[in-house]
Amino acid sequence: MKSIRAGTCLALCVFVAFSCVASASAVAAAEICAPGSAATASSVAPPTVPTILPYIFDPHGPPARMIHDLSWLVLGICAVLFIVVEGMIFYGVIVYRRKKNDKSKNEPRQVYGSNPVEIAWTIIPLLIVFVLALTTVRTIRSIELTKAPAGALEVVVIGHQWWWEYRYLDANVPGGEIVVANELHVPINRPVWLRLESADVIHSWWVPALAGKMDVIPNHTNYTWFNADSEGLYLGQCAEYCGNQHAGMLLRVVASKPEEFDAWLQTQIAPTVNDTSVAMGREIFQEYACSNCHTVKGVSDGQFAPDLTHLMSRQTIAAGVAPLDPTTLRAWIDNPQALKPGCNMPSLQLDTEELDAVTAYLLTLR
Amino acid sequence: MTTAPIHPISETSMGFGSRVHSWVISVDHKKLGMMYIGAGLIFFMLGGIEATLMRLQLMKPLNDMLTPHGFNQMFTMHGTTMVFLVGMPVLLGFGNYLIPLMIGARDMAFPRLNAFGLWLFIFGGLLLYYSFIGGDGLYGMGGAPDVGWFAYSPLTSKAFSVGHATDYWILGIMVSGFGSMTTAINFMATIVCMRCPGMTFMRMPLFVWLMFTVGILVLLALPVLTGAQVMLLFDRFLGAHFFDPQQQGSVIFWQHLFWFFGHPEVYILILPAFGMICEIIPVFSRKVIFGYPLMVAATLSIAFISLGVWVHHMFSVGLPPWLNSIFAASTFLIAVPTGMKMFNWIGTMWGGNIRFTVSMMFATGFLVMFLFGGLTGIMLAVVPFDWQLSDSYFVVGHFHYVLFGGTMLAVFSAVFYWFPKATGRLLSEPMGKWTFWMFMIGLTLTFFPMHLSGVLGMPRRVYTYQPGRGFELWNLISSSGVPFQIVGVLLLVTNIIKSLINGRVAGPDPWDAWTLEWATSSPPPSENFSKIPTCTSPRPLWDRKHPEDPDCFYE
Amino acid sequence: MTSIPHTNLIPSSAPSRGKVGMACLIFAECWFFAGFIVAYLFYIGKSSSGPLPREVIDIKPVLVNSAALIASSFTVIVALRGLARSHMGVFRFWMLLTIVLGGYFIYGTAMEWKSFIVDHHLTISTNLFGTTYYSLVGFHAFHVIVGLCLLTSILVLSLMGHIHVVRDHLRVELVSWYWHFVDAVWIVVFTTVYIVGMRP
Repeated sequence: MKSIRAGTCLALCVFVAFSCVASASAVAAAEICAPGSAATASSVAPPTVPTILPYIFDPHGPPARMIHDLSWLVLGICAVLFIVVEGMIFYGVIVYRRKKNDKSKNEPRQVYGSNPVEIAWTIIPLLIVFVLALTTVRTIRSIELTKAPAGALEVVVIGHQWWWEYRYLDANVPGGEIVVANELHVPINRPVWLRLESADVIHSWWVPALAGKMDVIPNHTNYTWFNADSEGLYLGQCAEYCGNQHAGMLLRVVASKPEEFDAWLQTQIAPTVNDTSVAMGREIFQEYACSNCHTVKGVSDGQFAPDLTHLMSRQTIAAGVAPLDPTTLRAWIDNPQALKPGCNMPSLQLDTEELDAVTAYLLTLR
Repeated sequence: MTTAPIHPISETSMGFGSRVHSWVISVDHKKLGMMYIGAGLIFFMLGGIEATLMRLQLMKPLNDMLTPHGFNQMFTMHGTTMVFLVGMPVLLGFGNYLIPLMIGARDMAFPRLNAFGLWLFIFGGLLLYYSFIGGDGLYGMGGAPDVGWFAYSPLTSKAFSVGHATDYWILGIMVSGFGSMTTAINFMATIVCMRCPGMTFMRMPLFVWLMFTVGILVLLALPVLTGAQVMLLFDRFLGAHFFDPQQQGSVIFWQHLFWFFGHPEVYILILPAFGMICEIIPVFSRKVIFGYPLMVAATLSIAFISLGVWVHHMFSVGLPPWLNSIFAASTFLIAVPTGMKMFNWIGTMWGGNIRFTVSMMFATGFLVMFLFGGLTGIMLAVVPFDWQLSDSYFVVGHFHYVLFGGTMLAVFSAVFYWFPKATGRLLSEPMGKWTFWMFMIGLTLTFFPMHLSGVLGMPRRVYTYQPGRGFELWNLISSSGVPFQIVGVLLLVTNIIKSLINGRVAGPDPWDAWTLEWATSSPPPSENFSKIPTCTSPRPLWDRKHPEDPDCFYE
Repeated sequence: MTSIPHTNLIPSSAPSRGKVGMACLIFAECWFFAGFIVAYLFYIGKSSSGPLPREVIDIKPVLVNSAALIASSFTVIVALRGLARSHMGVFRFWMLLTIVLGGYFIYGTAMEWKSFIVDHHLTISTNLFGTTYYSLVGFHAFHVIVGLCLLTSILVLSLMGHIHVVRDHLRVELVSWYWHFVDAVWIVVFTTVYIVGMRP
């Protein structure tokens, strides 16, 4: 019995030590782990751009940085509270436990309460939460904007089951908007104002290094903004459960120098490539169900699936789930359900020849 | 007073069939309470199997053990089961068993309504689980519901939820919800009307106070959920447009209704646990609870404030800054009474003579774990921080610390504490100590790393994740905690069965405790007390055991 | 054991458990209705197509209806008073009148629904007005019907001589509480649908 009791105390101490160390080093641990794994993630990123992981303590722009600064204050207060109160618990447990050889029937002094002490532990928490509430409100006000910041690039984000559509609203662009899918390109050091809309269910747009999440809700327009301060491929993913492939609705934001961004924009404005050597593939694309859902400007105008006019300017397919290369693309067209089970793209049961032709056609859409 | 446990001889001599019959037709609050807890523990194991499957799936990136649809069913059923079929019935079961004994009554106010409530809950649970077979409907689309336990519209609309899975979710919860409401009515009437002579409100054991508050919250929150579910049924079957964005219906309106229920629900799940801790810590610290009136005040203010915090589940919905600010403030405010409780428990232990039985170990574990969950809750109340953390694995870690590390540890503590009263036999202490450490290690391993994967940007409810984002290690550690918890559950079940057969005989008052349930035999006779007791203070048995210095001198 | 002062034993003067139970049931019902009332208020003027409240609602019959239902709250009080004084004839007469008034209310609601459905082609699936109107008014009418069933069974039992003044007075009183509740809800529903909801 003695050994069990001693063991219990020891184990309790070990546990509290573990909890304290773990919580104090939580963020640090994440810090250590995060950069190390960046190498593998960049396999689908262009070699020149660093991949920025969805890690909230690595902010790359104002909203994320404001949150980051506030969160250290909160973490600090909570860590102090944790250590103090947990320390009180364990001090009490160790000091006031029944001594091993205590066989007496005497009860300890009965203390029914103490007004000063109880008032103290009402007032002190009140003061702490008052401070927290004030800083919270201040940060809310500086992040939640009601209109676009001056000079912002305006983009409409439309969440679909299970991919993202982006429409650039820019007066400089003929037609007023450019439609792209899944990969958002932005210039660095310029605010980007996102108008969030949903085509079906609720999604949530969350790129942690740039900004907090904002829900994408049908029949309810939301706005959010960010301002990337360094070049890179920023990762994120849908953060509101939206059905089968919620996990397969990845976010990719490419932030580049303004001139590179302008060059990219030009490729998206350019007319559809019309390569006669893949005419057979284009015909299959038009005749089969592909054209019902996908738009290729001048070829088809489906609205339910990603615009493919400049497919080959992207790095991934299936909303970031797979890299865009000829083999994967062919496998994806052959049987989308194998790569992304439950997604809305059906297998059209094309034979080998048709499959090759359609793949070849899509590979020309630069 | 020191009599051997009274075994209801009439019962042990009965055949199996008639014994089952006697339980099924019973309107005795003790049998009903035990059936609530027993059924809750069975659902706990079902929910645990679902959780185990999820952890296996998430053990490595791009795992394909479960299909996305299968995984989505698992987390929906896990959440729904744990909240509606484990948390509520187990806690209401303890209330059922203990309230009449603690206030010196012979039974609940409405015994037959009480039985009705139990069977509604069991039927509701079976209806929900029948969806695994019947959810296909005529469409052949997937079994169990896959919409998440908070079933956000429009995922629940006919367009996105084909078949009948969602209907089983609605009806199963609605039916068991009616059961909970009848139980709450019973609690209120029992506590208001059936107290023994001398038992004023300010002499009630704190557990009874907490259950009284829970009764109010159940009666207030569950009808709102039922109403929202009726609206959803109208949408699905009559073509109404409550949550139909195509016809200007608002999907956010569902969230408001759901969380107006959902946040008090969280307190429905934690307040009874507070009540258990309020009974157990004083007895094993050998000290009266510190600051009884403040505890009552804190309880009532938690209940009151909990009505005005629901929007903190919706900070990322894009509500105006002033609304977010108000709800952030109210959420911070609720930390104050919760903190008072925590300090009062520590104050009770302070200067005591603490006996570390398994029950007390679980109670201490509750303090340790709940504190952590409470502090991460404060982080989530910081709206901008919540914009990052909400709907990430951080939240999953947070509420498991509160509901598993909090509620369930308190329930285990209560099982070890009141098992001898209910059965007349003590649970094995050495085996219990193993159970405790298995759970502490398992809980920490499973739920602590979830905070980190959340900080690293892993959203909740994903059936898989991409390699190379830093999630792998933390998910692997999370999954590695599962075996410890399984061993813990198995040890607990073995302990219960073994002790029922040949556990040490407990006697009426094995813990030298102070509330009225220990004044009767273990197990109590069917009428609870041979003579209705009287009550002179919040600790009537202390007064009897210490006539030289009774509590009533200090009132 | 004997030295404990028993002077501070307070005699139990608790209310009857039936009253507490019924009060709790009514409390829960209030929150159920609150959901539908909030839904109605929230969706006023948000219908994407007609018909709109002002185009279909005829307030005059509703006023007569409401008067009947509110009157029935008073008649049930008179009936209860009769029961308390063991005047079974008085009790039965006023109970019958209560039921007739409640029945008239249901008839009036049915007529209003008929006019909406047949003349104006407004159903629960037409627009948000239809959705919220039929669910709110329908749930209230459902509660009136439940109340009518209770009142009718009391009347039938009393005609069969099964209502005992001392034993059953509380039971009848509790049913009358429920009936008053149904009445009070109607005042809120009326304000919501026929006053607030009529504003352009």
